Amino acid sequence: MLKILQQIGEYTIFISKVFRRPEKWRIYFQMFIQELWTLGIGSIGIILIISGFMGMVITIQTASQIDSGWIPAYLVGYTTRQSMILEFSPTMLALILSGKIGSNIASELGSMRISEQIDALEIMGINSANYLVLPKITALMVIMPFLVVLSMFIGIFFGYVICETVGVITPSDYIYGIQYDFRPFDIVYALIKAVLFAYIITSVSSFYGYFASGSALEVGKSSTQAVVYSSIVVLIFNYILTQMLLI
Amino acid sequence: MIEIIGLNKSFGENQVLRNIDVVFEEGKSNLLIGASGSGKTTLCKCTVGLHQPDTGTISYNGRIFNQMSHNEKKEIRREIGFLFQGSALFDYMTVEENVMFPIKMFSNLTTKEAKKRVDFCLERVDLKGVNKLMPSELSGGMKKRVGIARAISAKPKYLFCDEPNSGLDPQTSILIDNLIKEITHEYKMTTVVITHDMNSVLEIGEHISFIYKGDMLWDGTNKEVLDTTSTELTDFVYASSFMKELKRMNG
Repeated sequence: MLKILQQIGEYTIFISKVFRRPEKWRIYFQMFIQELWTLGIGSIGIILIISGFMGMVITIQTASQIDSGWIPAYLVGYTTRQSMILEFSPTMLALILSGKIGSNIASELGSMRISEQIDALEIMGINSANYLVLPKITALMVIMPFLVVLSMFIGIFFGYVICETVGVITPSDYIYGIQYDFRPFDIVYALIKAVLFAYIITSVSSFYGYFASGSALEVGKSSTQAVVYSSIVVLIFNYILTQMLLI
Repeated sequence: MIEIIGLNKSFGENQVLRNIDVVFEEGKSNLLIGASGSGKTTLCKCTVGLHQPDTGTISYNGRIFNQMSHNEKKEIRREIGFLFQGSALFDYMTVEENVMFPIKMFSNLTTKEAKKRVDFCLERVDLKGVNKLMPSELSGGMKKRVGIARAISAKPKYLFCDEPNSGLDPQTSILIDNLIKEITHEYKMTTVVITHDMNSVLEIGEHISFIYKGDMLWDGTNKEVLDTTSTELTDFVYASSFMKELKRMNG
């Protein structure tokens, strides 16, 4: 318990160092654009693949579960839409990205720490936490909502493709289902989650990478810790936000 | 001039530095020598503010560094160039970007002027045509030279070199040593070199401080170091067979 409290304290101090005014705005924006590309655009491939397959699987599973004359077929489209918007696109995507991006950030910062590159920045009088971490956090917080919307779109679209090609339900039922009882607030809820999860993934992973010490083995350990703890924190805040916003 | 008075530093129970008093003289190559684990790097890191000393003062030309505000410390740090043992080049940047980094961060030079300064610094360390290479494409000696070029690019007043010739062949070591000595005099910097290489001591050491198990035992010039009566320093200086032979020849 004491160790957890100590880590929360260290994390708070670290974040207070991160959120300072950048040394030079021009350099910050260069780094920001670079991180948008690395963290955001670089993740599109995996998002397309996973979201597409998830959309197809949810459609088939739902159709196979409600194969009854009493339940309308359009509920398959409705369920696919709700699953993608409420849970899969913001939360599952965040968990997947905490693996991909989280380990990437932690190992990058960890290897910079053990090869004294972070010390080199500090000696130059640069706030290394601000210089290295702030562009990562802000870039993912900006790009994550777009990634989540893309994931929703791809998942729902591939559900439709399954209806067209496999014929689990008719495409017109599916299209009716995805329009049925649509609440725009669900999208807002998903986007709020996306921004918060982006912050959690980048800040928690950066924290573990930034304070890595010792050898390459320690960098590996910090990378694993980054993925594990950012995933746990994402799940905890997923529950808190769901209770706050949907009940 | 850098003056350190009564510096103590511990890591937990382990006291690494005990009551260190030392002066690094202006415009000279000041060498900090001692065996591995004696506290040289810790002293150096305390001096530049990477470690917080437990007690004692560190002053840069009379400005007491460890009593300064965060912003004042930043100003001093901008006057410091540091060559790390492993060079610590930013591995996601090219050589040119590495050397240009301090200039971009702290000066208002245009890109053209900054590039001119980079070319000058790279030329000064005898590296031409490597601007677009990545650090992973350089040899150990080249990395050190790029590290020196980066350290001097923002025209520092103080230069710290942590074991600049570790892992280098004797010829490259001499080249690096001479380069450090030349730029120290050229730019009138206060240079602090951490080393346990006796060749460096004799070649470039103008003021030498010997640290032994966390205590500052001796300081003097490179001429005096050979005639020392300190047992610990004698053991350190004449540890290599070359130095033993030199001692035998000198009677």
